[in-house]
Amino acid sequence: MRYLPLTPDDRRAMLAAIGAGSVDDLFVDVPASARLARPVDLPKHAGEMEVERALRALAARNVPAGEAASFLGAGAYRHFIPAAVDHLIQRGEFLTSYTPYQPEISQGTLQYLFEFQTQVALISGMEIANASLYDGASGAAEAALMARRVTRRAGVIASGGLHPHWRDTVATHLNWSDAALTAAPADPEGKEDLAAMLRDDTACVIVQNPDVFGRVRDLSPLARACQSRGALLIVCVAEVASLGLIAPPGDMGADIFVGEGQGLGPGLNFGGPYLGLFATRERFVRQMPGRIAGETVDADGKRGWVLTLSTREQHIRREKATSNICTNSGLCALAFTIHMALLGEEGFRRLARINHANACRMADRLAAIKGVAVLNDAFFNEVTVRLPVAAAPLVDRLAGQKVFAGVPASRLYPGEAGMENLLISCATETTREDEIEALGRALEGALR
Amino acid sequence: MAETRYTSEHEWIRFDGGIATVGISNYAQSQLGDVVYVELPEVGRKVTAGDNMAVVESVKAASEVYAPIAGEVAEVNGALADAPETINDDAEGAGWFVRLKGVDAGALASLMDEAAYRKYVETLA
Amino acid sequence: MSTEDPRGPRRPAGAPLPGAGAGASADAGPGGTVSGNRALAIEERLLFEQGEAGRCGVDLPEPANFKPRIGGTERKGAIGLPGLSEPEVVRHFTRLSQKNYAIDAGLFPLGSCTMKHNPRLNEKMARLPGFADLHPLQPESTVQGALGLMAALVDWLKALTGMPAIALPPAAGAQGELCGMMTIRAAHDAGGQDARRRVLVPESAHGTNPATAALCGYHIDPIPANARGRVDVAAMKAKLGPDVAALMLTNPNTCGLFEPDIVEIARAIHDAGAYFYCDGANFNAIVGKVRPADLGIDVMHMNLHKTFSTPHGGGGPGSGPVALAASLAPYAPLPWLVAGPAGLHLQEEATGAASGAIGRLKAFHGQMGMFVRAYTYMLSHGSDGLRQVAEDAVLAANYLLASLKDTLTPAFPGPCMHECLFDDEGLRKYDVSTLDFAKALIDEGFHPMTVYFPLVVHGAMLVEPTETEPRAELDRFIAAVKGLKARLDAGGADRLKTAPHFSPRRRLDETRAARQPVLRWSPPSR
Repeated sequence: MRYLPLTPDDRRAMLAAIGAGSVDDLFVDVPASARLARPVDLPKHAGEMEVERALRALAARNVPAGEAASFLGAGAYRHFIPAAVDHLIQRGEFLTSYTPYQPEISQGTLQYLFEFQTQVALISGMEIANASLYDGASGAAEAALMARRVTRRAGVIASGGLHPHWRDTVATHLNWSDAALTAAPADPEGKEDLAAMLRDDTACVIVQNPDVFGRVRDLSPLARACQSRGALLIVCVAEVASLGLIAPPGDMGADIFVGEGQGLGPGLNFGGPYLGLFATRERFVRQMPGRIAGETVDADGKRGWVLTLSTREQHIRREKATSNICTNSGLCALAFTIHMALLGEEGFRRLARINHANACRMADRLAAIKGVAVLNDAFFNEVTVRLPVAAAPLVDRLAGQKVFAGVPASRLYPGEAGMENLLISCATETTREDEIEALGRALEGALR
Repeated sequence: MAETRYTSEHEWIRFDGGIATVGISNYAQSQLGDVVYVELPEVGRKVTAGDNMAVVESVKAASEVYAPIAGEVAEVNGALADAPETINDDAEGAGWFVRLKGVDAGALASLMDEAAYRKYVETLA
Repeated sequence: MSTEDPRGPRRPAGAPLPGAGAGASADAGPGGTVSGNRALAIEERLLFEQGEAGRCGVDLPEPANFKPRIGGTERKGAIGLPGLSEPEVVRHFTRLSQKNYAIDAGLFPLGSCTMKHNPRLNEKMARLPGFADLHPLQPESTVQGALGLMAALVDWLKALTGMPAIALPPAAGAQGELCGMMTIRAAHDAGGQDARRRVLVPESAHGTNPATAALCGYHIDPIPANARGRVDVAAMKAKLGPDVAALMLTNPNTCGLFEPDIVEIARAIHDAGAYFYCDGANFNAIVGKVRPADLGIDVMHMNLHKTFSTPHGGGGPGSGPVALAASLAPYAPLPWLVAGPAGLHLQEEATGAASGAIGRLKAFHGQMGMFVRAYTYMLSHGSDGLRQVAEDAVLAANYLLASLKDTLTPAFPGPCMHECLFDDEGLRKYDVSTLDFAKALIDEGFHPMTVYFPLVVHGAMLVEPTETEPRAELDRFIAAVKGLKARLDAGGADRLKTAPHFSPRRRLDETRAARQPVLRWSPPSR
């Protein structure tokens, strides 16, 4: 077997050195009744060529988003990733290293984590950031738990514009404590008044910007309302590219920023692995979940980096840790850091402008279709439209024409009333003008 | 100078002028290593003996500090926030954590005096 | 997994180190370099210290005139991101990479972390556009191959665990634990057993175990180990009662030992009306040799980034599927992968058979990129190869244990499973700590073993070689450990106490990092 270097001779010699007669002598502690006498009933080993064939056959049964005119967003965004990103993250020194527990031989990882934390803090307008979480949704759950620790209050309010997967993830994590989650109803029209929902025991309000329906809002008034009631404002950003154009959560008064960095890091990947971004105020650092890289000096006085403030974490604090997270999204954070380095100030802002310009064009084309109404007046790269018919069957039908018209709201809100005819459509820098036209024509054809 | 008493959890307490000052023993700081952070209670909090009152952290450990006797937090040592190393330098002096008021001075009698504590520490080695 | 025992010897890293005299630093003094660089080890500034406005590593066209429709929420002022060209970026990250140790470079015997070779075929397959370029919310008719791969992965994990259900969503081991413990809590609550709030966790457990149980609203009751490094069964049984929800046990355990009484333990847990959670972090030792279901386990997470060789990537991403007994399967997290009339389907709502689901743990359906890599790895090894994986991993660990038993002090007699554990007793007479020894191994060209974990052993050194090491590499490691011990015998302790000497950085001042946290770069004026 190509991944196993030991030869039969090696095994014999090693058993002799151990003083064991056979390898089964090493498994003596396993109850005899539970030992398998032979391999389980699965296919035997296969060569690289055969395995590749099997995997390619499975891949061929899928339609990559890049082979269709894709307007899918709703929490996962397709951006162009420069070639250097994937090349660099595949360097074995990054790909096959572990969590930087031995800082003297992990300075590469630690320095990019420090750079990642700085980038996240800069684009979110927050003071400090951690070294990543699994994804945005679990980050929102961690933020709610953190807000409860900071405020020592029980109430958590979730906006009706929060992605329902994120909302449900928060609910799952809070379900086993005395936290009280109040989830506002889905809000495609942008009418909710979260400030009116604040109570004396509200620990935090979780709001998404742009929200799941694509709407952009100035959250400053909500931030002021939260502050006056002693609650924290958690601002979630599912589309990190929006931060190149829209005022960041920190500028709007957010106490915690939670982001999904997938679009500029690991890519689509059918939903994972993704990249949870997490930033907050310096004074809350001891309540922050996840790993943090920090600057220090070595025994020769040279600048270097270490994992720091570890007493917050499970391997030291155990049941009193701020989170149980151990493995995070290190390599996805590296992809993000490299991409952000390539973009820089100018590229990041221009990327956002292109996304918005394409979305404006898409919104105009959709609005020009008879019977179709665009619900958003303010948006970044995604809008919600009301169709005269149910969205899901229409989207399925158009997929056959290699047009992924958008995400039917009913897919995100299964069984919920009022969602059937809503379609959430997104354009990025990868969206071509002819694809927008193809979308328009396909919808016109289907609605005729 | 008032007499210092000790707990088996390595807190020290000194009663003087109606106020009890509490910290961690010199032995405790030596075991903990370089102190990097302390979390202190809010002034006004009422504690009973054995309550988790504060947390003291080194790079690789976090230890809870318990109230040796009941009382109300009258003052905390805010200087420790910027200079946690004071606990290493002067654990039983400038490195104090909390001052308690409304304490029953008689409760101190049940705690170890310095000689008893020194003997106790020797059994831990 | 590395924690340093506060009870062990300490030395503030920033304080002058004994023996760190002149010449200790290669680039200081007349013997050093003028630049501070050391040949391939090049000093590299932060991105933020080298970028300049006006430079950019991408070419994007400025969009034609358009009127923003963002409701007056425009960002004001500069963000502060540096501008760099592609060559500068490539060089920056290449130089950073050269400051990292990696499994590609050599033995990485980090106990409980299973640092095995990462086949490059897995990377290639995960990057096929038919997997990597799929949007999670595409119409299901366009992703049947991806759903088919998930179903196939489930089938393999079922066969290897003997368990009837697999939950794929958890993002990593710790989230797998959370998933498993939530299903236990949900099952108890549904059965009117919500008064069960105590969870038994061995003192030797990974920190994630108690942290996870606490997140599920449980109180943690530690159970001691016996002198043989196993669960003290009598002590465990004495703690059982009507308020116990579960036992969380790692098997093979964190001392690298199989729990020989595991069937009896499972029976006692079940008789008490509680569930048996197994932390499957160490599944590599038994994959293909033992099925967890046959041991009486009710729920176990697996780390695809350990046993099934998806790369650790400097700390993630991982993937933590959970195997569930029939009694816990109804509570598996959303979405559920089900076969429907139109093919495979993701059930996203807690209705019908899924009405007991604990809910969502993250957005979308799991770590697909890791599923592709793990499935590729499974197909490559096959059932026969996976069994050989376990055998060779256990053989390699026992070979190290036998070869080093007179050099270091084994914490427990063998045989061990996939990792062997030593304590610091053999080092103390030299006034050398486990940390010193680990740092000296860095100079010898190895990543150190896991140190100061598990906590039940003083100055623990947990060595996990894995099955992908050639015998010559194991021998090289053995020779290095023996050589360091010989150096100690020859009075060279100071050399170890000041190690490492040749790494990109020497010991770092962790006290300073924690006392005055600098967690991001800030412009000089800030």
